[in-house]
Amino acid sequence: MPFIPHTEQDIQAMLTSIGATNIDELFDEIPAALKSGKLSAIGDGLNEMQIARLMHERAAQDVQPLNFIGAGAYEHHIPAAVWEIATRGEYYTAYTPYQAEASQGTLQTLYEYQTMIASLTGMDASNASLYDGASGLAEAILMAVRSHKSSRRVLLPASVSPLYRSVARSIVRLQNIELVEIPFDTATGTTDLNALQQHAGSDIAALIIPQPNFFGALEDVDALADWAHAQGALAIGLVNPISLALLKAPGNWGAKGADIAVGDGQPLGAPLSSGGPYFGFMCCKQALVRQMPGRIIGRTVDLNGKPGFTLTLQAREQHIRRAKATSNICSNQGLMVAAATIHMALLGSDGLRRAAAASHANTQALAVQASGVPGVKRLFSAPHFHEMVLHLPKSSAKVLVSMADQGISGGYDLKPHYPQLGNAILVCATETKTNEDIQRYVAALRHALH
Amino acid sequence: MLIFERSHPGRRNAAQTPHHAATASGIPTALLRQDKPLLPEASEMDVVRHYTGLSQKNFSIDTHFYPLGSCTMKYNPRACNTLAMLPNFLARHPLAPEATGQGVLACLYDLQEILKDVTGMAGVSLMPMAGAQGEFAGIAMIRAYHDARGDKTRSEIIVPDAAHGTNPATAVMCGYTVKEIPTDANGDVDLDALRAAVGPQTAGLMLTNPSTLGVFEKRITDIQKIIHDAGGLLYYDGANLNAILGKVKPGDMGFDVIHMNLHKTFSTPHGGGGPGAGAVGVAQRLLPFLPLPVVAKEGDAYRCLTEKDLPQSIGHLSAFSGNIGILLRAYVYARMLGAEGMHRVAEFATLNANYLMAELHKAGFTVAFPQRRASHEFIVSMKPLKDATGISAMDVAKRLLDKGFHPPTTYFPMLVPECLLIEPTETESKETLDAFVSAMKEIRDEAQATPELVKGAPHTMPVRRLDDVKAARELDLAWKPSAHVS
Repeated sequence: MPFIPHTEQDIQAMLTSIGATNIDELFDEIPAALKSGKLSAIGDGLNEMQIARLMHERAAQDVQPLNFIGAGAYEHHIPAAVWEIATRGEYYTAYTPYQAEASQGTLQTLYEYQTMIASLTGMDASNASLYDGASGLAEAILMAVRSHKSSRRVLLPASVSPLYRSVARSIVRLQNIELVEIPFDTATGTTDLNALQQHAGSDIAALIIPQPNFFGALEDVDALADWAHAQGALAIGLVNPISLALLKAPGNWGAKGADIAVGDGQPLGAPLSSGGPYFGFMCCKQALVRQMPGRIIGRTVDLNGKPGFTLTLQAREQHIRRAKATSNICSNQGLMVAAATIHMALLGSDGLRRAAAASHANTQALAVQASGVPGVKRLFSAPHFHEMVLHLPKSSAKVLVSMADQGISGGYDLKPHYPQLGNAILVCATETKTNEDIQRYVAALRHALH
Repeated sequence: MLIFERSHPGRRNAAQTPHHAATASGIPTALLRQDKPLLPEASEMDVVRHYTGLSQKNFSIDTHFYPLGSCTMKYNPRACNTLAMLPNFLARHPLAPEATGQGVLACLYDLQEILKDVTGMAGVSLMPMAGAQGEFAGIAMIRAYHDARGDKTRSEIIVPDAAHGTNPATAVMCGYTVKEIPTDANGDVDLDALRAAVGPQTAGLMLTNPSTLGVFEKRITDIQKIIHDAGGLLYYDGANLNAILGKVKPGDMGFDVIHMNLHKTFSTPHGGGGPGAGAVGVAQRLLPFLPLPVVAKEGDAYRCLTEKDLPQSIGHLSAFSGNIGILLRAYVYARMLGAEGMHRVAEFATLNANYLMAELHKAGFTVAFPQRRASHEFIVSMKPLKDATGISAMDVAKRLLDKGFHPPTTYFPMLVPECLLIEPTETESKETLDAFVSAMKEIRDEAQATPELVKGAPHTMPVRRLDDVKAARELDLAWKPSAHVS
């Protein structure tokens, strides 16, 4: 049998030791009426050669177009060493590091990750990761409500990804939390400060501040963070980690800095993979550390005074606190974080800046050249980072289909979520794109609009 | 040594980064970063040596026997990793047209069908990204079901005291209060207490079967009737699904909703704490509430169902489509097992557990429920050893590290004092189990002869026992450049 090492002699010797005549006897506590018969949907087992053929055939069906979609998942170069090291068996097949002495590899890696991501976001502390950026946003909302004494209202701008808003709603709505949508200014593409001002003076637990926002537009983060604090609300920064190589860190927003920073770590070494696995990151100010969900690694010393690493603040967690835990979370995305840590270590601050700057320059070049196609224009006036919205003179859905036929993923159609924007698409050209790629894009767009 | 201490200003990896200058145009200065983030400046070789070296400080399935109860640390076949990481699978953008993902969607659809078959449920969603998120999805569906019927009085989820901590924590996240019920002397749910606990306020019961005590809940049919008669729904915590895979289906036991830990039963890697995958299965009446997306097959084409198809869905739980790379690994594993192999999983996991329990029992260790069959795991209590020598379950666990074994789960479930919860899994050989028994006997001898040796364990790991109190009191969660580290 696959992956079962027992020989016939082993089985007999083991049954003799147990005092059973056959393996079936070991299931005699299960009521006979409940025992199941044959499985019908599974078929015969495949050996490695057969399954390899099947999976190669399936993968061959998924030949990928030249990709210009971002919208929360970004195609960045991943150095070869990242997954070579992350899939070493010692990382890949270890469990959550409960036995600290036998898990110093995972624990130190996570501590180094916490250091890097806390520094990128300009915050005091980080956890060891959450499932993804969207569920991380939901956890940040729950955390803000836990730490706020009176309010269960959170302001969530419409310039936050609609996919994230949908997940946040699914996760927090059962706890009687009100998510209030704040519209965006259709000229700039950023949060409408006048609309926000209508909530001044009301009891608010938190304001979500996306930077860059879903449209790639840059929000006035200083003003937004100060506004939140003036209302006694927490400022939650929702950020792209690559952008933080260039952009002001949430910890420095406004006079006091954001209180919590969350986002998706995918741009740091996770392949696109149809959407996962990625990881969510969460950082916060020191005062909020005990409200943070998820695993947290701390540095301490052993019996001999030698530095070492261990899971800490476990009194927050479900396996200790049960119904009173900060969250039901009991895992992180450890392997993705190991990859992200290696990725950040390889790129360093300079490499991360170059990847961010090159992506930004490519998207700018794409916008300039695409705007040369008759009827195509940039939609929003705010400065942006590495992603932007184009308005098309024809049905965005049809244009994208035509571009797909030409082997190009031309962007993300905003119409289903933002019908008020008309035929608008969100486009992104990361550092992986060449000038020729951008020219191919523009030619395909021109053809689609012809 | 930390990676930051291998850093040298100005060192960079030109081959891995774009040639583009490190500055961007068109962004106002007020929005730009002024300081340099604390990232290492190290060569590729430094980085590779550093993280290779760190990995070698880990115990893992690939290097050690890892009989961690309730965690199902079975072998993770290499083919699952290789085939899930084929370039076209990795390159696909989550928002790319479905026409460019028919291969991956076919795998996901097939996996849904396999999981339906093996659990006896009517529908499956693969989307939850971990067991705990699967639990959330399950209880959220129970709540959506009651709400859709206008049944607003149901405010309580019943949880046995032996349950995983995630169960009560999940119920609270779904807006329920938790009612805990006791376990009887045989390790089963106390039926009288259950009968007394149910009522019009009961939304459901969360049950792990076999339980965390390592025994099969024999009166499951009675439990099912008590809950359903009270108008509640029955939730199956699939943490221990490995024990019954191919033997008995949760659907046949009367469960309405189940989550599966694919990182346990379907052998996807634990990765030092994730990513996992917590697929959910439901009975007919919960189908409308499944989390999105669910993969459907229409003719020869596969597509993801949306809110339009399932307007009563509890919604999306991840930005895109869950941990797809992990689901591909589970799919490869399931196809390699086939129907026959699936039946053998529970058989050999159970054979290994009962053999190890019998051998430890014969060697004089105290088994928690000697009158019961072990499921795929069982409990040994170190209380007699502690009373005689002062050596605790924790000491034994740490000494096992010196003997080259990852210890079993310690101090869970909390109902048995000084417990070790031992789950060998089906992929371990008899020789490995025998070696573990020998190590346990050696440690017991050491506890008598040289207790200080055991109390001071481990002696051979990269560090000795760590000061957890200092870790929590003097929080050091991120390295600071000024701090001195040896």
